[in-house]
Amino acid sequence: MRSRALVAGCVLLGGVVAIALVSALWTPYDPGDTSGGRLEPPGPEHWLGTDRLGRDLLTQLMIGARVALSIGAGAVALGGALGLLAGLAAGFAVRWLDDVMAVALDVLIAFPTLLLAMLVIAARRGSLLSAVTAIGLAMTAVVARPARQQVKRVLAQDYVTAARTSGTSWPGIVAGHVLPNIWPALAVNLALQLGRAVLAEAGLSYLGLGPPPPNASWGHMLREAQTTVLVAPGDVVAPGLLLVLLVIGANLVADGVREVADPLLRGRW
Amino acid sequence: MAAYLVRRALLLALSLAVSSVALFVLLRVLPGDPANALLDVGATARQAAAARHELGTDLPLSQQFGGWLRDLARLDLGRSLVSSLPVTSEIAGRLGVTVPLTVLAFLLAALIAVPTGFLIALRRGTWYGTLLAGVSQLGLAVPVFWVGMLLVTVFALRLRWLPAGGFPAEDWAAPAAALTSLLLPVVTIALVMAASLTRYVHSAALDVLDSDYLRTARALGAPLRAALWRHGLRGVAAPVVPILAIELASTFLGAVVVENVFALPGLGSMLVRAFAQHDYPVIQGVLTLSTATVLTIGFVADTAQRLIDPRLRRTAAGTSA
Repeated sequence: MRSRALVAGCVLLGGVVAIALVSALWTPYDPGDTSGGRLEPPGPEHWLGTDRLGRDLLTQLMIGARVALSIGAGAVALGGALGLLAGLAAGFAVRWLDDVMAVALDVLIAFPTLLLAMLVIAARRGSLLSAVTAIGLAMTAVVARPARQQVKRVLAQDYVTAARTSGTSWPGIVAGHVLPNIWPALAVNLALQLGRAVLAEAGLSYLGLGPPPPNASWGHMLREAQTTVLVAPGDVVAPGLLLVLLVIGANLVADGVREVADPLLRGRW
Repeated sequence: MAAYLVRRALLLALSLAVSSVALFVLLRVLPGDPANALLDVGATARQAAAARHELGTDLPLSQQFGGWLRDLARLDLGRSLVSSLPVTSEIAGRLGVTVPLTVLAFLLAALIAVPTGFLIALRRGTWYGTLLAGVSQLGLAVPVFWVGMLLVTVFALRLRWLPAGGFPAEDWAAPAAALTSLLLPVVTIALVMAASLTRYVHSAALDVLDSDYLRTARALGAPLRAALWRHGLRGVAAPVVPILAIELASTFLGAVVVENVFALPGLGSMLVRAFAQHDYPVIQGVLTLSTATVLTIGFVADTAQRLIDPRLRRTAAGTSA
């Protein structure tokens, strides 16, 4: 691999993915098992201790990885697909429609992710699906706006005109010219958005608007741990640390993809 | 410039209109009857109908929207379903926390980020340039509420230097106490905001350092410091000003979350409580104000950017093209 950032990012991201995968097959305890003592320190029974309900912290953290990744990946898939479609549509649209979409995207982008997500969640109650929908929809404009610009840039090239005159269909141009040229920028953006989505989910859960238990979200764990921070500081540190590692991983992957795609940008971040 | 201002102001007006309609529709299609907030458990259908009539939610949507717009023009955002107080006065009471929190955090973030961004660009390749870059990379990945929790744990709960949360009941009549309660929240938001801002300043500074005009100035004999001062700052300011505006908006959002960490009676905690209580007039009022603020900041930033960078004035549209 040509980029250290990409390697480091893949390692971090891969680590969290591995934890999430393992949690699907095995966790030290059942997530609802409250048989441990309350706020136990780390020990042989509970490697990282227990929370204030006597649940095993390691188990909660592992399930938190699964929740964070599924919401992050789901939101990126939804926001990326909708954003790319909107970007393509605007790029190909006639002048006035493109103008309308540009204004619409400007307005949408002015809606902060967190507020938009709160609105969707208020409409749909907290669940895994509504968190994905909320964050994914909020992401759409952030993906669509640069995509639209890049699509327009590619469509203005002479080789596209040449392809048109030689009879290539519009779908052929999208597949043959537009997508290959915009994918590096799109991939970079989506990797960054994965980190943002994970942070947004943590923020929502922290505010009490996230998926309900037993989906042990890291943000929710932090909300719970706030009251007992003096007795059990580990409960505050561990979920936050994993969250940071996951987001740094996503950001590093974004940097790495950018470096590989455009060596001139090496050293930028 | 005049033509641009008119065009941009029209866009602002259009965005404000679209967003207020969107907010209105979104909140009205939400399941759950706002009237329930007024009713006791076991209320009869007639009582429910009376509550709906009182709220005006039994009218057709278009009429409701018209009424809401008329009230908005008189700065009347309705009454809270929970406290029955006018939303406008509730918001006004809480701006005394959120506005100073946002502005102070934003200023501190800019004070940290602008020199740091320049320094990383000037010292690329050295160990502390790399270290600073690493630290700001870290800041991009940290949830703002977690930073707040860690700072509270260390400075309020362990060292007991600062209050862990809350705001003096006397409000700003006790300025020292008010500032002390805002100190940790301001630092929390500023640290996280500074990280992303540093990144943009760094990128803009690199562009300037590699630019032909700076090389020319240096070749003509200007020392680096003088050349940067004379030409560089303007070159950095042009791309950074709109970013600052976006950052100001996210600082405000940071305040929404961080107010909940520190139990500050601001707009953010008001919004979160309103969501929990399904207090729709409050949600709508706070969101309308927030969106209008963010859109207006964008307008000011775009205009400022054209004043700073004369090259932009020669292109026709320049906003979203």
